[in-house]
Amino acid sequence: MSQSSASPKILTARYHLEDSHTLAVAEKAGAYEMARKALTTMSPEQIRDEVKKGNVRGRGGAGFPAGVKWGFLNPKPGQEVYLVVNGDESEPGTFKDRTIMELDPHRLVEGIIISCYAIGAHKAFVYIRGELRLGQLRVDAAIEEARAKGYVGPKPFGVDHPVDIVVHSGAGAYICGEETGLLNSLEGRRGEPRIKPPFPAVEGAFGMPTIVNNLETIATIPGLIERGGEAFAALGRVPGDGGTRLYGVSGHVARPGVYEAPAGITLRELIEDFGGGLLDPSKTMKAVIPGGSSTPVLRPDRQVNAPDPGHPLHAYHGKSEIDVPMAVDLYRALGTMLGTCCATVIDSSVNMVEATRNLMHFYQHESCGQCTPCREGTGWILDLLNLITGGKATERELDLLVEVPNNMMGNTICAFADGTAMPLLGMIRQFPDEFREAIRRGEPLGVRHDETTRPLFNGAKA
Amino acid sequence: MAFALTPEREKHAHALLEKYPEKRAALLPLLWLCQRQNGYISSEVIAYAADFLELETAEVKGVVTFYTMFFQEPVGEHVIWVCRTLACDLRGGKAVQDHLERRLGVVPGQTTKDGKFTLLKAECLASCGSAPMVQIDDDYHENLTAEKLDRILDEVAAGPAWVEEPVNKASDKSVKEEG
Repeated sequence: MSQSSASPKILTARYHLEDSHTLAVAEKAGAYEMARKALTTMSPEQIRDEVKKGNVRGRGGAGFPAGVKWGFLNPKPGQEVYLVVNGDESEPGTFKDRTIMELDPHRLVEGIIISCYAIGAHKAFVYIRGELRLGQLRVDAAIEEARAKGYVGPKPFGVDHPVDIVVHSGAGAYICGEETGLLNSLEGRRGEPRIKPPFPAVEGAFGMPTIVNNLETIATIPGLIERGGEAFAALGRVPGDGGTRLYGVSGHVARPGVYEAPAGITLRELIEDFGGGLLDPSKTMKAVIPGGSSTPVLRPDRQVNAPDPGHPLHAYHGKSEIDVPMAVDLYRALGTMLGTCCATVIDSSVNMVEATRNLMHFYQHESCGQCTPCREGTGWILDLLNLITGGKATERELDLLVEVPNNMMGNTICAFADGTAMPLLGMIRQFPDEFREAIRRGEPLGVRHDETTRPLFNGAKA
Repeated sequence: MAFALTPEREKHAHALLEKYPEKRAALLPLLWLCQRQNGYISSEVIAYAADFLELETAEVKGVVTFYTMFFQEPVGEHVIWVCRTLACDLRGGKAVQDHLERRLGVVPGQTTKDGKFTLLKAECLASCGSAPMVQIDDDYHENLTAEKLDRILDEVAAGPAWVEEPVNKASDKSVKEEG
């Protein structure tokens, strides 16, 4: 886990320590000081206020301001409030929350204690995808260590606000990362998303008011309390996106991995300064999926077109798409989404039609099947892409490949269909020539994605 | 034959009920406990879980069939999941699959004749920064080369079957070492 020396280390401050996942090591390096401070010297309202000032955009992908979400709670007398931490981390290309679970689970536990106190919850569930067994065991062990110290239990830090934390394992289903699918899975049901409203803040886990936050968002809280909301927000490079956050970079870069940096760095900085640039410098950077597979692809060779001074992207007019700061609102203006800030870098050896087929296979596999447009649409999309990559398609199939996703968007219970349609349409919009060429050729593409890296697997030195 | 958890595991199962405000919420962790003992979720396991949580067997079956990690038929002593989603594929996911197919003589979905390994394809396992990778039973093996993969397979084959692992195996290999 390497870091650029200039970037502040908050979330990752303890990652490099030996046995950083144990209480002895974490506490020596400051763990639980902020929970003690928050519970013994601050009111829940003060904490909520600081989180609001901190401009923490939810780290799970939707980018909703965490402080505002907490404000939606308004429990009726006698209702219990739950905190649910989303550690499902299943968005292709995303692998950041894992590092918190595995390398600093006590930061998560500390964040949960503070958050429970702030929102009036006495019970938190940490939902972790079934595959991340090491993460589950480490978070579970951290909870038990904290319980033995009394930090989790009837009177954390002597304060009369009982907190209990339960780790709940998923069992393999991308849709359980959707917050209401997650709640159903937590309740022992099929992980099918629920119709909203009611939103979880009104009727969530076990019918009670519930806040569902991404795991990194909750782990951000101790560092935010330490600095204070305003100072934390100021760490971000653009207004509206506060603090530092975890970035991931994978694919064809020299140093793939997870890095901490201020909110609002550019993709170019992430790829070049942190990721070390392209793995094979003789190739060119063809495409970047900026924040998980549901975020529409960007082209480094394409320039931002925003000549109008009133346009939110005007300051970046004429610059490459990867030179726009990675911020929730700027990325929306760019026609993509910030997502999870875990970028997948694709070099010129890759055929984008085949890459699209790979991703659409994922969505076809993971659609929960509840809503017809999504269940059938994802199947149609994969069938069409199989025809195109198989050399058996005509222009009609390409038209359908646009028509089908357009009929999925907005017609389903959850955002999965949109999360399928948007990146697909983005691929066709950004690389139309490759799709047309695949059809024109009329023979199987017969390509794979690992031309650049296969020699490494077989023993060649990088 | 009817299925029952071992006394040690049954104690775990009862402790699960304390964790949730509703009994039904213990279903996923209970199924995990059962699968870790039985190797897969048989119809007897479904009947046991339904009885334990006072649910209809159809409800339990509906849950089992929703999740890819609950096996509905017997699998080998070890299950290998090879990640083939894009980030891994860019780093050699297909090469990993080809290598495994050659070495084990099976294709995804099949179990080796000696019953040692079941090979399965996985969708993104959140290991993109350390691709290519496989998950074997509970453990991730990352930044794979053919040589490293062969070594790991030898070690796993020589070790105990997945169902023989203790209930809460301290799967605590250092993440840093692998990275």
